[in-house]
Amino acid sequence: MLILENIELALAGLRANKMRSFLTMLGILIGISSVIAIIMVGDAMNGSVMSSMGDLGVNNISVYITQKNYNELEEYKMKNRDYVQTEMLEKLKFQFQEEIEDIALKKSLGANKVVNKRRYANISMVGVNQGFMKSKNLTMLAGEKFQIKDQNDAKNIVLVSDKFVYNVFQEAPQKVLGRTIEIVKDGKYYSYTISGVYKYTNTGYEDVNIPKKEMRTDCYIPLQTALLQSREEEKYEEFDVIARKGVDTGKLAGNIQSFMNQSYYKDNEKIAISAESMEIMVKQMSGMMKSIQLAIAGIGAISLLVGGIGVMNIMIVSITERTREIGTRKALGATNQCIRLQFLVEAIVICMIGGFIGVILGIGIGEIVTKIMGYTGKISIGSIALCVLFSMVFGVFFGYYPANRAAKLNPIEALRYE
Amino acid sequence: MIQLEAIKKQFYIGQPNQLEILHGIDLQVKRGEFVSIVGASGSGKTTFMNIIGILDRATYGTYLLDGIDVTQAKDRELSKIRNEKIGFVFQTYNLIARTNALKNVELPMLYAGVAKKERMERAKELLTLVGMENRMYHTSDELSGGQKQRVAIARALANNPSILLADEPTGALDSETGRKVMDLFQELNREKGITIILITHSTELAEETGRIITLKDGRIIKEHNLRGKE
Repeated sequence: MLILENIELALAGLRANKMRSFLTMLGILIGISSVIAIIMVGDAMNGSVMSSMGDLGVNNISVYITQKNYNELEEYKMKNRDYVQTEMLEKLKFQFQEEIEDIALKKSLGANKVVNKRRYANISMVGVNQGFMKSKNLTMLAGEKFQIKDQNDAKNIVLVSDKFVYNVFQEAPQKVLGRTIEIVKDGKYYSYTISGVYKYTNTGYEDVNIPKKEMRTDCYIPLQTALLQSREEEKYEEFDVIARKGVDTGKLAGNIQSFMNQSYYKDNEKIAISAESMEIMVKQMSGMMKSIQLAIAGIGAISLLVGGIGVMNIMIVSITERTREIGTRKALGATNQCIRLQFLVEAIVICMIGGFIGVILGIGIGEIVTKIMGYTGKISIGSIALCVLFSMVFGVFFGYYPANRAAKLNPIEALRYE
Repeated sequence: MIQLEAIKKQFYIGQPNQLEILHGIDLQVKRGEFVSIVGASGSGKTTFMNIIGILDRATYGTYLLDGIDVTQAKDRELSKIRNEKIGFVFQTYNLIARTNALKNVELPMLYAGVAKKERMERAKELLTLVGMENRMYHTSDELSGGQKQRVAIARALANNPSILLADEPTGALDSETGRKVMDLFQELNREKGITIILITHSTELAEETGRIITLKDGRIIKEHNLRGKE
């Protein structure tokens, strides 16, 4: 009952000194809001990086060629033997048949543009194999992914994104199946039949300066089709290994790297193979994110501390100002505990209100920043509760000393205080 | 009812500047009395009042308040006794700032743990008693000196105290409002039978009370019964 009265009293006191109360709260407010905003932005960045990495699949191992003793000034022309050849992949698959489920390959045919009267879309033509279909989690809105037969027959079919469909046809995905698109490459016309539409997902690497309409999306064609078209030998600079479930991808990546280097690149002075497990990259990435987040949260905590000291200072001033009131209360029968509780509640109320406004402000700032960055961030109820709890603890911590000082005032001296 | 025996008060005990303010005071106040304590400044009036109001403890002597030995009580018990048995009226009113009259009167009952509804009813009753029923929701800075003192008197009466202890209650008021406050004390004493101890330096005011006790240099030098009343 006394607590309720004390809260009422504290609120009345805060109302009576609006400016001072606001300034007192400011430290707590800024601290809490920055912590919340940081958590949100961090979560958003983390989420977008994780989802783009998740697209590639955590079971994947990314294998690529790297230049040994890379020197910026030295120009190196890749030779045929530097590339990964098909038979190497077959050997690799055979060597690790227990661990490797499939190998994802792609052949890029470069950027292009598809025009339909006055409408157009920017695209990248990419030839992909069945392994790629497996590793990339495409959500099909219409039609189907490629079948083995499509690959073997090198069919002239294409999977396009829903963005592409919107930009070129402005029609429902279902309606564009079977239509033909045409592109020009090196002065030659190529045409493909749309066999499926997939849902475009943000990769997190988009350049925000490019208008949405101009954004390039991938058009997938069967790998064989792409190889025939490019008339190049089958060779790759990179490929992805899809590991079987339950396989330690970190270890497998190491094994693949040493196998490839031992077998094919031992005598190559310029080029070597690197293999990285996505899982480990994801872990490293999230570890890095966490430490950045922690560092900024630390700055927020310092501002909270400064805010807390501000609260303590104002409480001491307020107690000195109200010495006579404290004396009167004691004369009227308030025990030391009553007085202590009163000022403690006041400090907690200031901190809680500051914390509450801080949470709202923090969510607002977080929303705006994540919007600008083009991500979506969220904050858990738990973190909010933790922040509010934290501000309450601050109130107790920084309110206790002044409150105790008030409680221990001698009533006679307090009454006589001018 | 109030029984003070051989009260001595010393300061700076055991130090070279040890000082004795009260040199053994005996005083009895019966229920329903209106007693005034007069004395020039430096006579020990304030120290004596602090002891009666148990804001302070006597160094020697016994003090029985309604049969309770106050000199032996702990701090926490003293708060409770102050709360229940003593009503303070100060020269400077000492209303709680930014708080309305009603809440001020409720305060001692709040500390006594009286339920909200009862508190409010009693506070309204008391404010009506002191003639402040139309100003219940005004805060202290919206009240005149006389009105503040009336609220303070209502507050002092909140827990039905054994004594109303008034320290120069008219000291900060002009003579007309001071007169009204004195009339209120008289009325409370006469009609409600409330025991009042008035501390003042004005012999004029003291003469209106039932008994005048004159303090000088920490001793009672004169006791003067005016009404011959119990």
